[in-house]
Amino acid sequence: MNAAAMRTVMGYIAGLLFGLGLALAGMTDPARVVGFLDIAGAWDPTLMFVLGGAVVTTFIGYRLVFRRTRPLFDEAFQLPTRRDLDAKLLGGAALFGIGWGLSGYCPGPAIASVGGMTPPLAAMLIAMVAGWFVARRYAG
Amino acid sequence: MDWSASLQGLVGGIFIGLSAVWLMATMGRIAGISGIVGNLVTRRPPGDSAWRATFVLGLISGPLLLMAFGGGLGNVEGRPGAVVGEPLGGVSLMLVAGLLVGLGTGLGSGCTSGHGVCGLARLSKRSMAATGVFLVSAIVTVFVVRHIWEIGV
Repeated sequence: MNAAAMRTVMGYIAGLLFGLGLALAGMTDPARVVGFLDIAGAWDPTLMFVLGGAVVTTFIGYRLVFRRTRPLFDEAFQLPTRRDLDAKLLGGAALFGIGWGLSGYCPGPAIASVGGMTPPLAAMLIAMVAGWFVARRYAG
Repeated sequence: MDWSASLQGLVGGIFIGLSAVWLMATMGRIAGISGIVGNLVTRRPPGDSAWRATFVLGLISGPLLLMAFGGGLGNVEGRPGAVVGEPLGGVSLMLVAGLLVGLGTGLGSGCTSGHGVCGLARLSKRSMAATGVFLVSAIVTVFVVRHIWEIGV
């Protein structure tokens, strides 16, 4: 198989691992996510373990991966290069947090939940895509 | 504290981390969902769409496979017929939330995965700042909605 075909297979495996991880963790359940965010209520610490497991695994894995000069099926590593903090980054993060707190869905779990589609989830996904279009137009 | 749920959360998190490492090792990409899917639907970079599409297919099939063959593994157990927990709000609330999530992750260049997992693992200052801001903003939102307005979402 050529590199482009390999990338489609690798993309599926990456998505599958991610989707399995979200479901195993329970992150596809908005009630559990909001339970984590609700520090004044019956706090559910699960998300802390999910983030911890993911960050530590990625931290170690990235260090092994970056010993290579390039990825297996592409020309170069594509890493963000910006270092500055600006209003777009912080304002965007603040808006995202409000939407996350209102719904219990961040983009990964919202998309991973397509198999259990309901009208409110469809509304969430359509509006999220619309938001991406607006952000792209506004932000160039 | 529910140690079983926490342990399953940890295992799920390790899977998410493995996905991020896999994507970097094979394609040199950050596993940020808003970036992978956002660029697929808004920009369609030439020659760069196929893996994004198969990533989304994998993302959707993960929970379905776990429900079908997982035998009650993980924190989704006990909800026959449902891959996901019920959305907490109706259509109008979810429209507002979805728009904020799309707009916010688009402007902020990332979400819980791109900034919160990959960015923190790279010790990126921008990701640390973004993750801090969206966590605080989400916690404040839940506090206001649940404990001040008491509309119980």
